[in-house]
Amino acid sequence: MNTPKQKLVVVGNGMAGARVVEEILKRARDRFDIVMFGAEPYGNYNRILLSNVLNGSQAATEIFMNPLAWYRENGVKLHAGVKATKIDRERKVVIGTPLKKEALAYAVDAANVPDAAPIEEAYDHVIIATGSRPFVPPMEGFGGAGTFLFRTIDDCDQIAGYAKDCKRAAVIGGGLLGLEAARGLLTHGVEVTVLEAAPQLMIAQLDPESGEMLRATIEGMGIKVLTSTITTKIVRPNGHITHLDFKDGSKLETDMVVVSAGIRPIAEIGTASGLTVNKAIVCDDQMRTSDPAIFAVGECVEHRGRIYGLVDPIWEQANVLADVITGTNASAAYLGSKLGTKLKVMGVELASMGDTKPAGPADEVVIYREPTHGIYKKLIVRDNQIAGVILLGDIEAAGTLMQMFFAGTKAPARRADLLFGAPSGVSLLNAADLPDNAQICNCNGVSKKTIVDAIQNKDCKSVSKIGACTKAGAGCGSCKTLVAQLIESYAGAVGFDPSEHYYVPGVPLEKSQLVAEIKRLGLKSVSAVFRELAGGKEDPGSKVGLASLLKTLWPGEYDDERDARFINDRVHANIQKDGTFSVVPRIYGGITSAAELMRIAEVAVKYNVPMVKFTGGQRLDLLGIKKEDLPGVWKDLGIPSGHAYTKAFRTCKSCVGTDFCRYGVGDSIKLAQEIERRFQGVESPHKMKLATAGCPRNCSEAYVKDLGAVAIEGGMWEIYVGGAAGGSVRKGDLLITVKTHDEVLLYMGRFMQYYREHGKYLERTYHFLDRVGIDNLRKILIEDSLGIGAQLDAEIQKAVDAYKDPWKEAELPAYPEQFSAPELARVLEVAENNG
Amino acid sequence: MSGTTINLGSVEKIPLGQGRCYLVGEEEIAVFRQRDGHLFATQNRCPHKQGPLSEGVAGGGKVICPLHAHKFDLATGAGSEHGECVKTFAVRAANGDMLLQVGS
Repeated sequence: MNTPKQKLVVVGNGMAGARVVEEILKRARDRFDIVMFGAEPYGNYNRILLSNVLNGSQAATEIFMNPLAWYRENGVKLHAGVKATKIDRERKVVIGTPLKKEALAYAVDAANVPDAAPIEEAYDHVIIATGSRPFVPPMEGFGGAGTFLFRTIDDCDQIAGYAKDCKRAAVIGGGLLGLEAARGLLTHGVEVTVLEAAPQLMIAQLDPESGEMLRATIEGMGIKVLTSTITTKIVRPNGHITHLDFKDGSKLETDMVVVSAGIRPIAEIGTASGLTVNKAIVCDDQMRTSDPAIFAVGECVEHRGRIYGLVDPIWEQANVLADVITGTNASAAYLGSKLGTKLKVMGVELASMGDTKPAGPADEVVIYREPTHGIYKKLIVRDNQIAGVILLGDIEAAGTLMQMFFAGTKAPARRADLLFGAPSGVSLLNAADLPDNAQICNCNGVSKKTIVDAIQNKDCKSVSKIGACTKAGAGCGSCKTLVAQLIESYAGAVGFDPSEHYYVPGVPLEKSQLVAEIKRLGLKSVSAVFRELAGGKEDPGSKVGLASLLKTLWPGEYDDERDARFINDRVHANIQKDGTFSVVPRIYGGITSAAELMRIAEVAVKYNVPMVKFTGGQRLDLLGIKKEDLPGVWKDLGIPSGHAYTKAFRTCKSCVGTDFCRYGVGDSIKLAQEIERRFQGVESPHKMKLATAGCPRNCSEAYVKDLGAVAIEGGMWEIYVGGAAGGSVRKGDLLITVKTHDEVLLYMGRFMQYYREHGKYLERTYHFLDRVGIDNLRKILIEDSLGIGAQLDAEIQKAVDAYKDPWKEAELPAYPEQFSAPELARVLEVAENNG
Repeated sequence: MSGTTINLGSVEKIPLGQGRCYLVGEEEIAVFRQRDGHLFATQNRCPHKQGPLSEGVAGGGKVICPLHAHKFDLATGAGSEHGECVKTFAVRAANGDMLLQVGS
């Protein structure tokens, strides 16, 4: 049986009113017949974006959150342009009056449509969300031509229209909105002066010193700022504004005035209906007014003595109200909000939380200032918790501080860590202290709540299980520490998941165990490993990793099953998004010749190559080549493979070195060519990109390569390892300084072999270095502390000797159909028709 | 069930453990020859970004798309990513030839 719907009347159609209706519909779509009164003749729009409408960066239509169609689609009846004036609590009806189209919606005395009949809506529940109106400080002459408020879409239109014929504008109010209005006006080509009654700008968010710094920055942008200035009169000798009179007797010439001096709650309907109204309509923790059938939300509410004008607290109120009124959680409670915001005022970044000044002598105040750059950081610590923060100019710390501030986290003993980050990389925050909606995984947008739910309800007790279930940590992986913290907090301890340590997912062994078993059983093919060590179960996700390992373990003896190779390694070219391939011929040390270039050009013409591009590794890339054309391209090029498609030595680029450069102290070109000729084709856990630099100016970026050699004065070469300048950036660690090219080749080879043997599959050298440590590596590779130096040298020599140009398979394919195109495969015959 | 059976020729045309793309009319169909002898057939294009599944690493009744490693079950067509699956076709070996069933 259907219970009859209850009637819910919402008074006010601003952001709070519309949000609470959305929240109610989410929880109980069919519980209420909803009627809304909105004094403005529009659907609901995002007031936060009004300054964008004023400065023209967004059209008014772009900032609507709920266009009129939304009300129709959700069965909400909207009285647009009708102002609710009273709730008749005896008859249980809300009474509204249609406003004139041009009426100022929020004005106390907004003009009614003459003789229009009042509109009445019966109710079971009412929600008041009347919001606030701009505050106009007492002054003579406000109203009429040339004076404006800054609050609604109409205000923006009118200000912009009027500014066209003005040279000067004054903005009364130096808070956030006043400065936004000033920014908007500046785009209309008028001279703008901001007038603030207080001795500083943004008094709600800043202290005097940071206020002064903001003023200097803003004045640098061409806006004049007068503080401690109270306007007493707007003077219009002949109908047009000429100037303003100030309380101290001074004057300011101006053509127009915009007032943006804060807001005051709109609470008349509360008073008219006999509800308890103090500074605003008084509500309890369930957002109920003094009449239990009537609720209120937003800027018109006074809760525990406080009025909120920011979005986040109002969203919290809307959630609680929706929980209570729908019965989803009848005892939900709003307990007040801590206030913290991150803002951008005229391009200046600013974060402010809690108190701007100490409340008493026990409060600890930490300040850092850099006036030349407009940077200011202030921290107020009370009872070892953050009670207030101001960050101006550099707000990098804001995210962490805000999470700690809202969660009431204990502050670390080193207060500087709060402003500048902890040097040791230890995170200040424990994830358990974060609010439920905090985003833990920024790659996949996974919240703490989702992760905790997986821990508690889906039995995910390890980082990898959380990843499989929620995708947290499955992006860049940097949040895995936080995920582990959450598991510790909510499940006691991080469950040991041995699969996290397997070399490949499909064979349940760590790398050392796997290597031992492979050697013991003499397994020389990927299929043999599955047969002997994985119960015969083939896992496609493990094939490529196993192939890489077997090839290193059995040089020359490995049974190379081509189906265990990734497509790039089957056809020796790099697959592109459209299924074509890229071809990069080897160019030793980045040095080519006219003859080679002509051959490359001829190939590009002959095969209609859609793109020829210089690579970052000083080579040429022919992109967009069809699989079936690869053998022909290679033959015509007559240059060996550059291995730009595989996990192997890629290239060694160089600077011009000593031949032509005025600064070169070492022959970087010759060394690069020697390196590349020696190590071409050597395979490794991940790719290796190299460079040589003829001097420490590092034109070839050798400091940030997997291996790099840099010439220094005195005929020496420094060898760097573990550098990176891709997705990660890391300067390589200095392995050793040597005298000769032969020594460079020796130690580079020794490092490569150690990495080949001990690197995890797909572990780049920079991760490898972080894991193994340069001190440890120097002991092993330079001091030969394990006595394996000679063995490493012999193994890398075997790999060098085993080099074969894979592009030779152009002449003799490894198997039939290696390069056949999908398009070439034809249906041979129609065997039967079962039609 | 109505449909057309097409002889794709010798099983040997597909390298052991790999896949191969066949053009049936306008339709690209990937046929996989597993090391254990099983044959599977699916649509060739990955529903994610149209990667050629026939070029993917296959095994254990699954294939991994070469572009972004989305995984598909060759028997059912079910995908590893939410909401993604591929069409499958019946294919069998008879006298060393592959017989593919298309249409319905």
